[in-house]
Amino acid sequence: MNTPDTDHIDVRYVAKLARIDLDEAEVTALQSQLDEVLAFVHQLDELDFEGVEPLSHPHPLENVFREDVVEASLEHEEMIRNAPGAVQQLVRVPQMIE
Amino acid sequence: MSELVKKSVGELQGLMVSGACSSRDVVSALAARIEAVDPLVKAYVEVNVEDALAQADAADRRRAAGEKGALLGIPVAIKDLLNVKGQSCRCASKLLEGYVSPYDATCVAKLREAGAVLFGRVNMDEFAMGASTENSALAVTRNPWDLDRVPGGSSGGSAAAVAADSAVVSLGSDTGGSVRQPAAFCGCVGLKPGYGRVSRFGLTAFASSLDQVGVLSKSVADAASTLQVIAGHDARDTTSARVAVPDFGAALTGEVKGMRIGLAEEFFGVGVDPEVEAAVRAAVDHLVSLGAEVVPVSFPHLKYAVPAYYIIAPAEASANLARFDGVRYGARRDAEDPVELMRRTREAGFGPEVKRRILLGTYVLSSGYYDAYYVKALKARALIQRDFGTVFAQCDVLATPVAPTAAFRIGEEVDDPLTMYKGDICTIPTNLAGGSGLSVPCGFTSGGLPVGLQLLAPAFDEVSLLRAGHAFESTTEWHTRKPVIEGARA
Amino acid sequence: MSISASKLVPTIGLETHVQLNTNTKIWCGCAVRSDAPPNTLVCPVCLGYPGSLPVLNREAVRKTVMTGLLLGCEIAQVSKHDRKSYFYPDMPKNYQITQYDQPLCLGGGIEIEVNGVKRFIRINRIHLEEDVGKSTHLRGASGIDYNRAGTPLMEIVTEPDLHNEDEAFAYLTALKRILQYGGVSDCNLEEGNIRCDINVSVAEAGADVLGVKAEIKNMNTFRGVHRALAYEVRRQIKAVGAGERLVQETRRWDDEQGVTRSMRTKEDAHDYRYFPDPDLARIRLTEAEIEGWRAELPELPAKRQARFVEEYGLSDYDAGVLVADKGIADYFEAAAGKNPKAAANWVMTEVMRVLSESDLEIGDFPVPTAGLSALIALVDKGTLNSTKAKEVFAVMLKEGGDPAKIVEARGMAQVSDTGAIEGFVNEVIDENGKVVDDYRSGKESALQFLMGQVMKKSRGKANPPMVLDLLKQKLAKP
Repeated sequence: MNTPDTDHIDVRYVAKLARIDLDEAEVTALQSQLDEVLAFVHQLDELDFEGVEPLSHPHPLENVFREDVVEASLEHEEMIRNAPGAVQQLVRVPQMIE
Repeated sequence: MSELVKKSVGELQGLMVSGACSSRDVVSALAARIEAVDPLVKAYVEVNVEDALAQADAADRRRAAGEKGALLGIPVAIKDLLNVKGQSCRCASKLLEGYVSPYDATCVAKLREAGAVLFGRVNMDEFAMGASTENSALAVTRNPWDLDRVPGGSSGGSAAAVAADSAVVSLGSDTGGSVRQPAAFCGCVGLKPGYGRVSRFGLTAFASSLDQVGVLSKSVADAASTLQVIAGHDARDTTSARVAVPDFGAALTGEVKGMRIGLAEEFFGVGVDPEVEAAVRAAVDHLVSLGAEVVPVSFPHLKYAVPAYYIIAPAEASANLARFDGVRYGARRDAEDPVELMRRTREAGFGPEVKRRILLGTYVLSSGYYDAYYVKALKARALIQRDFGTVFAQCDVLATPVAPTAAFRIGEEVDDPLTMYKGDICTIPTNLAGGSGLSVPCGFTSGGLPVGLQLLAPAFDEVSLLRAGHAFESTTEWHTRKPVIEGARA
Repeated sequence: MSISASKLVPTIGLETHVQLNTNTKIWCGCAVRSDAPPNTLVCPVCLGYPGSLPVLNREAVRKTVMTGLLLGCEIAQVSKHDRKSYFYPDMPKNYQITQYDQPLCLGGGIEIEVNGVKRFIRINRIHLEEDVGKSTHLRGASGIDYNRAGTPLMEIVTEPDLHNEDEAFAYLTALKRILQYGGVSDCNLEEGNIRCDINVSVAEAGADVLGVKAEIKNMNTFRGVHRALAYEVRRQIKAVGAGERLVQETRRWDDEQGVTRSMRTKEDAHDYRYFPDPDLARIRLTEAEIEGWRAELPELPAKRQARFVEEYGLSDYDAGVLVADKGIADYFEAAAGKNPKAAANWVMTEVMRVLSESDLEIGDFPVPTAGLSALIALVDKGTLNSTKAKEVFAVMLKEGGDPAKIVEARGMAQVSDTGAIEGFVNEVIDENGKVVDDYRSGKESALQFLMGQVMKKSRGKANPPMVLDLLKQKLAKP
């Protein structure tokens, strides 16, 4: 298993992935806070995980389905009223670049 | 102040059944109380008295038509992350300004059906991330016992309102202790049911595998009757448990003879304040005096709960909160292109703690780090669940402190996230394992701050928690004490 | 170092996204329809509203597994869904729920035939995921319709087994045919029911390592795939041959210009941060369940072809033509009636001609199968000859109606009255003395001419076998 040799998070890169702009002061503060948290969570490296399966859910369920039956959708008005930008029944955003 | 606001759900129901008061009277009394104390406590972020009165009148008509029910006509305050059709649902964030919910959360729909009055939205840490309610973009809620102190969090508004008698009962949510810890800080009862007991549909997700709707109330009996209404399988929530819902009220026998109370020393070795420790140990002694027996147990992986949690919860949150981008709803920051729009919206809309956790979660899931952090945390989670398995093979409930300290001062920990995270150590394990937990008032510090006793049980054995909690409560006076809110209008 | 372009060969893989034709979306009860006004088939779940949760549509799982069975895949006993994170305004949650490491179907493949050579194209996997909304470019802005968001989508991924654009085209055609047979998708290309990403690289023949690949995104016609591949392979061979170093990139097909273009490199590297979706349960399929679905599988083209030969006495070739399109084969079977061979001829000539000349799909063909059966019966009864039958068919196509009524209304019935025909025959013999002599002196072909003359006089209505009999009879007499 690969263990990063450093707990130094690339705050700018991660912020870009998470689509959050940060100013300089935020980057500085987050850098030290997150590095500290990461160093802390590395306590987990002490554990012996031999034979331990990861538990992503406390009570894993199987085969939970719905039947293919149409239900009422929202009224268009109710939906478009929530949109901060709308045009011709569409949700308006600035021009997308492909 | 009307005496009505001090009453529990059970007491109010009795008064309404006997005709001594109406739901409208209760709502009016609460509205007056909110007006008197909330400018100081700031538990509420939205109050619509007119709408509540209309609901109260409807409940009174239902009663007149012969209907009965534990919550009929009872006002319930709702944490700001539960969807109520036609209301805002800001999750105490700037980002969700303007959003009007077009639907009811399942637990809210069940309250409506039972005739409860949905009265007021209460404050919280933004998107439930925090333990002090200081991370709210809307207000800083204060602890009714000491207005310079935090009410705890993230369901701080829910707890403060109940403690200040500006709510009878409230719904909160508990991802790592967010119901139990504020209940302890404010001296009320906090119940976190087993994962899957209450539908998460309509509960704005923080960490999906940990979140659970909970109840904050003035008595264990109120927690039981409220849970009775909101519990049950829901086809809209895949993770909702298909287990029978027991009669929780039947658990309230006052009888704990022969009940095995586990005591794990690890929970007292995490920097617990001596006054808190003394109160909790005294509470366990009290249960023993009622006929319960103490079983020493161990919880070897306790110290790994916080590290595991602060990987898993932020990881899930980083995806759960990705949808808040200003495109389909919420407070948009315009820009030249959609990418910029999202980045600016999220920069302006999220507070520092939310940004911290999103970045942390994004990082631990990113390429190259997934195994080193996320998978390891899931394995630690498995070990913690195993610890609970061992513990509950030996005892019925595990007794621990709720938090290492009583309520801290506003501003004290806000710049030190790690210290704040570490304070979740006693409450987090049961969220990781999907179990249930209860916080009941068990004493006060010398400074007059409430202390809570935490009882933990396996996932769907809330009955044991309620039985022990109720027996404790009915033979102690802690829960009857009321804070004096200085400066409140009479 | 430059490489001789002649030694370079392409390696091609396709990722095909197929919309399933379920009634409702994959995670919610909103209807799946393409004809509704924008943003009317949406709800808190498919809009990614706070607090909403997905619940998996069982039918989407069934249709994906059916597809897997049709393609000979191994069906995973346990499979799960994961979140794939990337931000895009048409994706409501800013993560797509898809299947990362445990897809529903693994392996399998499709046999294709190009220029008489058969090849087996291996499938790597099929997974079940959700579609995104649809963006429209407006002046200075984009508008998003979320009706499509949450439509169940299968992604069918091939191994890099394809060698050229013809094989890619054949693969897609064969895949579409199977999907139609399975009834799992409407396969309407214009509606974007099938969309395709192409991975293509070139390398020296026999090289161990593949070349640098380009991904051509979002192709929605098979012809487009064919053209884009032809262009891209040429472009890469030329570049590599000239010693140019290619970069791994995403390209877009410009259909008008007939070229692929590099898409502006996205700001972020792809880091999708996959993790198991904590809102969803694992899927565990039992052997019994899979076998139950296997039993529901429709008859596949090859099997149907054999049955057409056996049951209807068609040639293997004709049966093959008919089964190539499920709709056509269904049409034929419904029209077969008492004379399947004639029905097959009609379908393969008239019906398919009309389809190829128009934009019609067989499902919308104006002549109902019962009408065609009735028309064939009229020919068999001798009421119509084949020339007149085609005229009636043309009327049915244009105006609809019952063939018997058309024949009656327009007086198109064949003349089988011996007296009338004898009159025409006598006239023709009288008017064509020279040709009659030729025939009598042994020139067989003269008979055809005389026959034509009689038909002309009857304005096409004379019953040809009767004309022939009478002519022979009369000409035999000196």
